[in-house]
Amino acid sequence: MPLRLDNLTVQINSRKLLDGISVVFEPGKMNLIIGPNGSGKSTLIKAASKQIAMSEGSVKYGQQEIDSLSYQQLAKFRAVLSQNTDVAFPLKVWEVVMLGRSPHFVSSPGSFDLHAVEEAMNYFDVSAMADRDYFTLSGGERQRVNFARVLAQVWFPHPGQMRYLLLDEPLTFLDVNYQYQFMHKLQKLAEKKDIVIVGVVHDLNLAARFGDQISLLNEGKILAHGSASEVLTKENIRKAFHIQPEIFQHNELVFISF
Amino acid sequence: MLQLSRRYTSVWSFLAIVLIVIFLLSLCFGAIVIRPEEVFYSVRNYFSSNPLQLNERIFLDIRLPRAISCVFVGASLAMAGVLMQALFRNPIVEPGLVGTSSGAALGASLYFVLGATFKFNAGVWTLPLAASLGGALATLLVFFLSHRLDGRQSVISLLLTGIAVNAICLSGVGLMSYLARDPQARSITFWNLGTLSGSNWNTAIIVGLSALVCLIIALRFAKELNALAMGESEALHLGVHLGRLKISVIALTVVLVATATAFVGVISFVGLIVPHLLRLIKGSDNRYLLIGSALLGGTLLSLADLAARLMLAPAELPIGIVTSVVGVPVFIFLLRRNQHYL
Repeated sequence: MPLRLDNLTVQINSRKLLDGISVVFEPGKMNLIIGPNGSGKSTLIKAASKQIAMSEGSVKYGQQEIDSLSYQQLAKFRAVLSQNTDVAFPLKVWEVVMLGRSPHFVSSPGSFDLHAVEEAMNYFDVSAMADRDYFTLSGGERQRVNFARVLAQVWFPHPGQMRYLLLDEPLTFLDVNYQYQFMHKLQKLAEKKDIVIVGVVHDLNLAARFGDQISLLNEGKILAHGSASEVLTKENIRKAFHIQPEIFQHNELVFISF
Repeated sequence: MLQLSRRYTSVWSFLAIVLIVIFLLSLCFGAIVIRPEEVFYSVRNYFSSNPLQLNERIFLDIRLPRAISCVFVGASLAMAGVLMQALFRNPIVEPGLVGTSSGAALGASLYFVLGATFKFNAGVWTLPLAASLGGALATLLVFFLSHRLDGRQSVISLLLTGIAVNAICLSGVGLMSYLARDPQARSITFWNLGTLSGSNWNTAIIVGLSALVCLIIALRFAKELNALAMGESEALHLGVHLGRLKISVIALTVVLVATATAFVGVISFVGLIVPHLLRLIKGSDNRYLLIGSALLGGTLLSLADLAARLMLAPAELPIGIVTSVVGVPVFIFLLRRNQHYL
């Protein structure tokens, strides 16, 4: 039950932000999206999560067309990490994570929700700051709290229903240690066969190291799509990023240098 | 073991006890001191249809409905403050600042001066209806004029538009009081300053009903308003139907503020101070804030009314002046402390 984009086009005024994107994001894989600034990566995440309307094409979560799903239905099995989230009022870290559970309870959280919050915080190592004020955290700490929130939202598997995680630049603000930690944890989640993970990353080496399926976007179109060695070629990178790379291969690992 | 839930019952019960104490004090003190046994006798005599003493009459016809109205007006204004702050994602927003109160005052004064001419009449509901209409129009005007094209709400443009619409409404009120004959003009002036001296059992029942019904409905939106604290797009991803939420919350605030304002006039800053105090006590969960603000709003306004009655006794001060004297410094303090929200 993959996430399937078919001829997805987003047009604002006369400008096509996305132009006929067709791609299938499979469960059990790390689906990473790369591309230069303004190539449509965030737009793709927004259109796929129903945050903005598409002009043409379709987005299908398994068998279900996105238009036939309400926000409330979507929120039960699909979580989105956006860029630049901020909080308007003083909230404790665990309260922010608990917001991720809000699609699942009626008025106040139950023991299931507490459980999910606790485990999601453990998973991303933020339990120690559970009682701290979100405002007092650094950018990287906030980002980790938001991972926990997004993961708490889809913590429990639903029988017969895939879970979907859409991540828009999750690695912003993280130091190199946490970047790798996070990608390893994401990889572990991807091993579960009922989670579809789609992430936008900037660092080509990280994409090469962790991406099972990489989509290179350029000017709203898919320039290349496939494994790291298929997508991250000198030719493709020069076309998209206008910079000449050096590419090294070592034990099936691809390294890119400029 | 992590403590991952909050129990608000103890704070709520504490606030409820304080409210009851202040309520009893406001029953006893005023231009005339009513002793507790007189309260008892008046209730007994009322039900046994014995003739009532003067003090007992004052208690039953004036003091009691006024104290009850005061609690519900305070609750309404404070809840409206919580709702508006959650909706605009900003702790310095207040119904008085975005035109609701002045719009309601304009609607009410239009009714008072022109109502008889246009034969506009719906019984005891006429005044709240006219005020709600005025409040709704003014709030929607502010809301749409300050809406930026990208759909975000800038607080600066919100406040500035609020100032402009407030000015229009208040000059409308001014015009009406200029045109009005003496008894009407007097009531218009009273609205602008806010006073509970005109409240009777009708006021208590109508404002009370509106406050209770709005509280029950508002609690259903508390969860979605919590999610909104993370921003509109995050709320969307958490399953919130934004359009429905916005319209419902604006409708609730308009009903709350307009109903209260119709009877007691413009009382500012209750909606600002109460949520702020509550956040200091125990966080920003809107379920806690809504119930807490109903209790604390009633308490603070009862205190303000007591002060208004006692400071110049046997004359009394308009309550809006008391709340402004306390509220303006708090507003300026919040404005300075929260500069990053603007």
